[in-house]
Amino acid sequence: MKRKLLAFVALAGVLQLSGCASIGVQPWERDLLAKDEMALGAEGVDLGLDDHIYFSKEATSGGRSFAGGGCGCN
Amino acid sequence: MQLNNKATVASALAGAACALLGTPAAQAEEGMLKDWQFDTAILYYGETDRVSLAEGVINATKTNDDDSIFNVKLVLDTLTGASANGAVAQPYAQTFSRPSGKDGYVVNAGETPLDDTFRDTRVQVSGSWMQPFTDTWRATGAVNVSTEYDYLSLGLSGLLEKDLFMRNTTLSAGLSFQFDSIDPVGGTPDVLTSMLIPTYLGDDNDEGEDEFEWDDDYEDGENKTGSESKTTTDLILGVTQVISRRMLMQFNYGLSVVDGYMTDPYKLLSVVDSAGITQDVIYEGRPDSRTKHSFFWQTKYALDNAVVDVSYRYATDDWEIDSHTIDSRFRFNLGDNDYIQPHLRYYQQSAAEFYRPFLNQADPLPMYASADYRVGEMTAYTLGLKYGHKMENGHEWAVRAEYYQQDPKNAGFDEPGVLADLDLYPSVKAVILQFNYHF
Repeated sequence: MKRKLLAFVALAGVLQLSGCASIGVQPWERDLLAKDEMALGAEGVDLGLDDHIYFSKEATSGGRSFAGGGCGCN
Repeated sequence: MQLNNKATVASALAGAACALLGTPAAQAEEGMLKDWQFDTAILYYGETDRVSLAEGVINATKTNDDDSIFNVKLVLDTLTGASANGAVAQPYAQTFSRPSGKDGYVVNAGETPLDDTFRDTRVQVSGSWMQPFTDTWRATGAVNVSTEYDYLSLGLSGLLEKDLFMRNTTLSAGLSFQFDSIDPVGGTPDVLTSMLIPTYLGDDNDEGEDEFEWDDDYEDGENKTGSESKTTTDLILGVTQVISRRMLMQFNYGLSVVDGYMTDPYKLLSVVDSAGITQDVIYEGRPDSRTKHSFFWQTKYALDNAVVDVSYRYATDDWEIDSHTIDSRFRFNLGDNDYIQPHLRYYQQSAAEFYRPFLNQADPLPMYASADYRVGEMTAYTLGLKYGHKMENGHEWAVRAEYYQQDPKNAGFDEPGVLADLDLYPSVKAVILQFNYHF
């Protein structure tokens, strides 16, 4: 039974890995990803301003980047 | 005198050289600024009857020949208006002393007590340098200084990134250290001690200003000490993965350890009797350590003429505040030069273990207590719309308008006597207006 379980876990692992192989793109397939608006931190100034507002008004901060300290906001 | 002569000679020579080379000084300057990108913004944040804030940002980025990136950011903001002081509403008018301890203010019957003393200007300067070394490794170092009338924050951080599998995967690890010091107006009140409240004499004087009388025994600065500080250490581990030609994903784990003074020196708590009538008003007190964990996931998906950006954050800490945040932006391109972008955000948090909307006189005094709604149970949402336009010269501008509402909730506390008929958890409503310019 234990051996069967082990074989199943190993098979699942191999399937996962082969799944990973199809993830990602070739360098010439980056046309859409290379757009400014596809950057994870696009609109950095907006994100910074939002962080300041929500840091001041809510009990949780950070996640996207450092939770930090930064101001004695009321 | 000789020095002046030298300077004149040098500038004449420089001018001659420029003339010979056909590069006037203005052109040379333009060439230097060519590698720089500037992002600027002004923001207005205004709450109904409460705080309003104006904030300006200048963010300058220079990409060098070796692909290293230098960034410097200046933020200025100015805040005015009223903030909930933490005391509960009462069926009669209440008097409080201002943080300075030299004046007072009166809150009308049935109204949530707001302290309208707040006026502050903040200046923040930060800089960072990102250096690639080898083809797949990058390191970033950053410094940060933020200063207000009663607050100073200094920070240092570092981030290491490694690209794998033809840059389809990026691993990152960052560490940040922050030192904050607070020097509250009127001193730091001893936690859970009574606020000394003056007697309201009315506004019968010539200027029509409110007048207050202090108890004869009152000494300026009583029950108050000097400045306090805290340190914050953050660790962040991240994986960014390209999923397909249209999709990429990021997952971050964040650990934040805070040590030191985290009490809000301007916040109060009401101590009420069994009829809900205030018997005492005391300063709040929070634990001096906090450990937070956050799990952040973000996905961006490119459609032919649109980008979908969705993120989710789960955070939990040893103050027992758990929160869920869903943030989403949908950018629709209208031709090559214009876009509109709706923004939706939903936030939900549970109350800190020491959160108390008020204290009952009959109960023993707890070790820590805060009535600040920001550490209480609440939900909040943001609805926004942004419009952006790229001009013929390549510069871009955008406007953003948003509505933000916080709805504090009762986390299961009984409301004795008169408190049952008063609104102890009023909503906070705010508008956000912003203008961006990129060149």
